Amino acid sequence: MSLAGPAEAPAPPCLHSQARVMSQDNRRLDYTLAGALAVLLLVPWYRVRGGFFSFDWPGELAGKHDLWPAMAQAVTGRWQIWPVLLLLALAAVQRLVRAPGAARGRALAVIGAAGLGWMMLEGMSIGLRGWNWGLLETLFGAAAGQPAFGAGALSLGLVFTLLIAFGLAERGALKGDAFVLGAISVLVLLVATFVFYPIVSMFTGAFQDFDGSFTTEGVTRNLIDPKIWSLSCLAGGYCGVAWRTFFLAVATATGTTVLGLAFALVATRTGFPFKKSLRLLTVLPIITPPFVVGLALTLMLGRAGVVTQWIETLTGFELGRWLYGLAGIWIAQMLSFTPISFLILIGVVDGISPSMEEASQTLRSDRWRTFRKVSLPLMAPGLANAFLIGFIESMADFGNPLVLGGSGGVLSTEIFFAVVGAQNDPARAAVLASILLIFTLSAFLAQRLWLAGRNFATVGGKGDGGRHALLPARVSGPVTCIVVVWGGFTVAVYALILFGGFVRIWGLDHSLTLEHYQRAFGIAFDGGVRWTGVAWNSFWTTMKIALLAAPLTAAVGLMTAWLIVRQHFPGRAAFEFALMMSFAIPGTVIGISYIMAFNLPPVQMTGSAAILIACFVFRNMPVGVRGGVAAMAQLDGSLDEASLTLGAGSGRTMRRVILPLMRPAILAALVYSFVRAITSISAVIFLVSAKYNMATAYIVGLVENGEYGIAIAYSSVLIVVMISIIGGFQLLVGERQMRRRENGMKEARA
Amino acid sequence: MSGETRGAVEFRQVRKLFGGFTAIRSLDLVIAPGELVTLLGPSGCGKTTTLRMLAGLESPTSGKILIGGQDVTRLPANRRDVSMVFQSYALFPHMNVAENVAYGLESGGMKRAEARAAAEAGLELVGLGGLGARLPAEISGGQQQRVAVARALVLEPQVLLLDEPLSNLDARLRRRVRTEIRDLQQRLGFTAVYVTHDQEEALAVSDRIVVMREGEIAQVGTPRELYDAPASEFIADFIGEANVVDAEILSVSSGQAQVRLGAMVAELPARGLAAGPARVALRSNALRVGGAGEAGLEGKVATSAFLGDHVEYEIESALGRIFVIDDESDEPLAPGTAVSLALRPRGAALIP
Ligand SMILES: Nc1ncnc2c1ncn2[C@@H]1O[C@H](COP(=O)(O)OP(=O)(O)O)[C@@H](O)[C@H]1O
Ligand SMILES: [Mg+2]
Repeated sequence: MSLAGPAEAPAPPCLHSQARVMSQDNRRLDYTLAGALAVLLLVPWYRVRGGFFSFDWPGELAGKHDLWPAMAQAVTGRWQIWPVLLLLALAAVQRLVRAPGAARGRALAVIGAAGLGWMMLEGMSIGLRGWNWGLLETLFGAAAGQPAFGAGALSLGLVFTLLIAFGLAERGALKGDAFVLGAISVLVLLVATFVFYPIVSMFTGAFQDFDGSFTTEGVTRNLIDPKIWSLSCLAGGYCGVAWRTFFLAVATATGTTVLGLAFALVATRTGFPFKKSLRLLTVLPIITPPFVVGLALTLMLGRAGVVTQWIETLTGFELGRWLYGLAGIWIAQMLSFTPISFLILIGVVDGISPSMEEASQTLRSDRWRTFRKVSLPLMAPGLANAFLIGFIESMADFGNPLVLGGSGGVLSTEIFFAVVGAQNDPARAAVLASILLIFTLSAFLAQRLWLAGRNFATVGGKGDGGRHALLPARVSGPVTCIVVVWGGFTVAVYALILFGGFVRIWGLDHSLTLEHYQRAFGIAFDGGVRWTGVAWNSFWTTMKIALLAAPLTAAVGLMTAWLIVRQHFPGRAAFEFALMMSFAIPGTVIGISYIMAFNLPPVQMTGSAAILIACFVFRNMPVGVRGGVAAMAQLDGSLDEASLTLGAGSGRTMRRVILPLMRPAILAALVYSFVRAITSISAVIFLVSAKYNMATAYIVGLVENGEYGIAIAYSSVLIVVMISIIGGFQLLVGERQMRRRENGMKEARA
Repeated sequence: MSGETRGAVEFRQVRKLFGGFTAIRSLDLVIAPGELVTLLGPSGCGKTTTLRMLAGLESPTSGKILIGGQDVTRLPANRRDVSMVFQSYALFPHMNVAENVAYGLESGGMKRAEARAAAEAGLELVGLGGLGARLPAEISGGQQQRVAVARALVLEPQVLLLDEPLSNLDARLRRRVRTEIRDLQQRLGFTAVYVTHDQEEALAVSDRIVVMREGEIAQVGTPRELYDAPASEFIADFIGEANVVDAEILSVSSGQAQVRLGAMVAELPARGLAAGPARVALRSNALRVGGAGEAGLEGKVATSAFLGDHVEYEIESALGRIFVIDDESDEPLAPGTAVSLALRPRGAALIP
């Protein structure tokens, strides 16, 4: 072992433990290499059409070359697998002839990187029908086509990733902690595959022809398209979709910020009698599938809506289709996103130290001056934050524009129609998605970079306690008025959703009926249970996929949180930033990029349940990370360190110390990702298939066919299901906390 | 308002409940103009509540508060002629130092330019001239504290209120800043009400100290009075950590009592007590530690700690375990050594 290397691990304290470390180094390498060998000999290298886990393939092995494992593929002429075998053999030689240490570590890391690199290269270069690029064909001559990577190839990718991690561990990186290094490497691989690769594919997709060759025709045609960029609405004409989306987002962000502030002020600074129940509003966006508000608005204000009919009979005035367009989308988004802004601004308004306002009062200022000169300026960064989040939400919203957009769509719906409709113009979809992404990412960056330095943390140490000033009368009056009106409107909209499912034909025949529920959720008992309702299929699929995605999301999210909070690896800040940035990627963009990335080899997943699960896991992961980071920040770091000094490794520390303490955070992440998987639509609608249809996509289909009754009945059921899940969860966690507090009080008294 | 009453403060039977909880039982207190009065007491005894009622940030459940002879009980904070230095300083983070100091003047309707000039003068007063353009986050804790004082003082209030103004400073700075505050107060002659839970701080700055306990006044007096003549065991213990021991008054004549303390007999002011069993507060410097066999109380060293310029002992004696400071010898005696304790002329008092 060389003693000079700068990356050398610090000298182990005694020979005994050095031997232990070395045998661990060898043991994990043995397992990994043995696993790789088994995969090469037994597992199909390429994708199995009927699904790997159906296990139909062992029976069909004889006839189909594509089902053979890597070794057999290599022997029968697939030369692209030879380097993989060679590299693994080299790794085995390293294991046998060299002792663990920095030199072997470097070699293993290089082997792993080379293996991953080669697999990426050959996977991208050789498609179903041979070379993907004409240039390669002229250089190397014809090549046989290959299917997408399957279980074998993906496992080998994992093996190479682990080789990198183990190699780095032997070199002493991160104190030689193989567990942490492995976790980081695998995470980076996953995020690269499921977040960045799709986005990159989408960008390149914009520059491809139908046959995959490079062209700028589609991009240039779409970039200068007046349908996207025209600003003629300023002169009374019709604006392009990019500007309309932008104006809508500004209007929605402004509106939700003002309303959110009004709600937050009333909830914290007035004597309003229903302050507690106001906070219930904040759960609404979590439990409501995003298009439901739009749907309810059509029932209220649409052509056949109750309010519309009422006004028309009263005044004889023809209201028409005003709701279907930007105005309607704006109202729906205000209803949908005000609670989010409210939630943010409650924190902001509460976060102002009461002594600031009290100081102002003792300095001869009345409530109005205090509010204007002290409270409002202190809230300003928070208001900007709420504005930007409202902007991003509005840009990314897909459900409401889909239901209410009519002919005047926004970017997210235009993207959808560019690929699913008669247009079938992937280049247009890619260009539109890129525009949308640029808008939301700019807003995100503005929020992160510009606001970062502007947070007025309260100066000084020990606080005074004290009490927030009540609102001055000239503010509290109007604000309470706004809250009452808007709160009433929100309640009416939700009441309509629950009620609408029991009405025979909305707008025509308002007699009550259970027909819609029967058609959607009918059950027959003729010799066993038969799920005869039309909704059951998508309902159970949704439940299954959400149940599979939730633990994965929680695991990936919390693991990442742990790495970010507790491990100091190089590039940590960039890693966290990139992760959080993926939160600003609109679902529509994710959907379109997943189609473009995973429709063809090397990784082909469209039409499977796996693509839905992957989409949920990586779309909801930032939330899990955030929750995990918050929970972890409350756990004293000395707990981990205590465990480490007591001889436990990182893995054991995680299992025995961190996880048990984080149980509430884990539960929250599970519930949240489950609920999000059920309510989301924007990405899902691109990824569903006949076999795996999701509830939200199915409901949107019903709406498009004009079957409002069933759609509303189904939505109500979803809302009720989610209320029960969240309510049950709150009872569980809330009760536990209460019990702990009571015990604490008993102890204090004793 | 006459010149005599400006700056006078009076609490008349003030009572304050929070829900069902009695924070202040019944407070009667008169503060003379130009006086610096400290509210002292353990945490939770109601000092801050008293101060906030005076500032107008809480209103009393019953009773009256007078400032400058005028009843202000129902007057809101912004209309009272007092100003307050907060424990957290409560400097507005979005305004620079000068704007912070000028804020109250402008609230009162002063022209901006005039207010800025006055603010600059105020900053000069606390030794921070030229720092006006900085943000509060850009100056040190001690400077923030002085800005808070300047911001309150430029309003030339009748009464300045300070709620634990030094608790966010480190020990060394605390000593200096408290002297500065006392200097300013003496120089400008304003009335000040100063809240602290630190008895040393209270002794150092106050004209008079109001010791509070569980929402009531336990004793009011000058630092000297509280130290020499504690009204109760609580005061004796809270001010200067006295040993409280059993004693017997043998006789009383012309205000002086003969008191037997174990084997010793001492003459102490009788404080209205008659012959019989009594309690005596012995300060840590009331006894002199001598070698075994000398006159006085016999004892045995239980613990000793060398602290540089003095030695602290706990000594087991017939009166119980007694805490004594010896600043004469510098070689600490080992635990177990037999000693004798002799009474010094100062530091012992009968507790009524
Ligand atoms: N706003 C309030 N609501 C309820 N109880 C309060 C409030 N403010 C103070 N108290 C209680 O009144 C008592 C006195 O508080 P305070 O005056 O802050 O004590 P301190 O002497 O430490 O400054 C404490 O028991 C405290 O818990
Ligand atoms: Mg206090």
